[in-house]
Amino acid sequence: MRGHLNASLVTGGALVALVVALALLSFVWTPHDPVLVDAAHKLRDPGGGYLLGADKFGRDTFSQLMVGARTTLYVGIVAVGIAALIGTPLGMIAGMTRWRWLSELIMRVNDLVFAFPALLLAVMLGAVYGAGTLTAMIAIGVATVPAFARVARAATMQVMVTDYILAARAAGRRRLQVAFRHVLPNIGSMLIVQASVSFAIAILAEAALSFLGFGTRPPTPSWGRMLQESQELLFSTPRLALWPGLAIALAVLGFNLLGDGLRDYLDPKLRRIRAER
Amino acid sequence: MPTHAGTPLIEASRLTRVYHRPRTSLTKPAGVVHALRGVSLTVHKGERFGIVGESGSGKSTLLRLLCALDKPTAGSIRFDGQEITGLPERRLRFLRHSLQIVFQDPMSSLNPRMRVRDLVAEPLVALGESVGGRVAELLDAVGLPAAAADRYPHQFSGGQRQRIAIARALAPRPKVLVADEPVSALDVSVRGQILNLMADLVDELGLTLVFVSHDLSVVRHVCETVAVMNDGEIVETGAIDDIWIEPSHPYTRALLQAVPTLEGLL
Repeated sequence: MRGHLNASLVTGGALVALVVALALLSFVWTPHDPVLVDAAHKLRDPGGGYLLGADKFGRDTFSQLMVGARTTLYVGIVAVGIAALIGTPLGMIAGMTRWRWLSELIMRVNDLVFAFPALLLAVMLGAVYGAGTLTAMIAIGVATVPAFARVARAATMQVMVTDYILAARAAGRRRLQVAFRHVLPNIGSMLIVQASVSFAIAILAEAALSFLGFGTRPPTPSWGRMLQESQELLFSTPRLALWPGLAIALAVLGFNLLGDGLRDYLDPKLRRIRAER
Repeated sequence: MPTHAGTPLIEASRLTRVYHRPRTSLTKPAGVVHALRGVSLTVHKGERFGIVGESGSGKSTLLRLLCALDKPTAGSIRFDGQEITGLPERRLRFLRHSLQIVFQDPMSSLNPRMRVRDLVAEPLVALGESVGGRVAELLDAVGLPAAAADRYPHQFSGGQRQRIAIARALAPRPKVLVADEPVSALDVSVRGQILNLMADLVDELGLTLVFVSHDLSVVRHVCETVAVMNDGEIVETGAIDDIWIEPSHPYTRALLQAVPTLEGLL
């Protein structure tokens, strides 16, 4: 059933593991207090306990990156969680229902949400309920629902025409049991892949929102806000923009590669097709 | 002896099933396919009833209707005297208990993510019966080791998988076993084994068998009565031996000529 480890999976997994490890470590240890404003170390160059130097307030860049990883993962997990919990059942209902109109209704509303940019939604939510990590997570999550619903629906429709669904019905299974015992386990791998890809998009969206001031509020460190704060010093101290930028890029790359790798790993059929090419 | 002398168990009358094709043009009407055009048949208790026809003759549609997995456009089906057409699933429990199916392709009819134990026990669990030692008993009956229960379908060969499918179908102790081309997807070398296994089990458990195939010689191997289908209609019904020797309908004759014989090969 399962494939072999592939380069995307290993590289993506390693990058994601690195981000997760930094985030977890930051709970118990950081080189310095990430939010401590210290004029003595203002714009300090790397070295002497400050691995990557300090910013214009004298805060240690590496410590900020570590705690920023926490924020990034937190937003990603909650946003993807919201999207998966709402999108998957909607997609499954649309894929399983006997009523064509219900399927159409779900998917058209889905298209409507899909057409709405996540950033705009976050800005609107931020304006109404106040900008912050929570509104950013909800906005990104809601904007990601359609992606899950589409994948879940397409995968469900593929599963519904198989003989084993017919066999389950002939065995006396009710629809809900068919959904949980037959459809969900067989679309699971597609959903995991979608989750990984959506996670990458969520990270990028969170960084963008924080950059624009609609995401994580200061003083909580966030990669997006680190970028924004380094903007004015871009030409004098470019490393302040380089590190958070690199962190975002690597995290996004990591989750995308992980998604790609998982797709190949979990779907041996696809791998065989690629090998034949 | 034209038909079996038992009491009627499955009575289908004037079954029609029309499928609508998706529209391909704005101006032309959507296409319709008449899969069944008024099919009537009676299967008696204890009978081994074969349905023969080429692909597209409507035999699979007929089978789905008999198993209440699809609804007819018109007509009625009575099972053991009770009307089953148009019943909601929750009122079909008695049918699910009494009638079980073996599908054509055991590669696709067994959920790849379930263990053999759960696959075989599924009808029992779904119908709210106790499983107990039934799985081991059933695996033994179809000639598989008890250790097979912990494995997944992809770890078995086609013939073994069809044995798993048969074990599963027998789990709720049905009265009727319906088989949809159960050996067509299998290697020629194991077809005989599976056919003999089914014939033996039907004998042993006193089942009624409804057997669908495109191959008259396979049907002859396990059935005593046969209905020949062509283009959504039953063109001939009767004892298999009579039809084998003296087919009355030209389509049946054509089907018989398609059966490879030793003479034909020489």
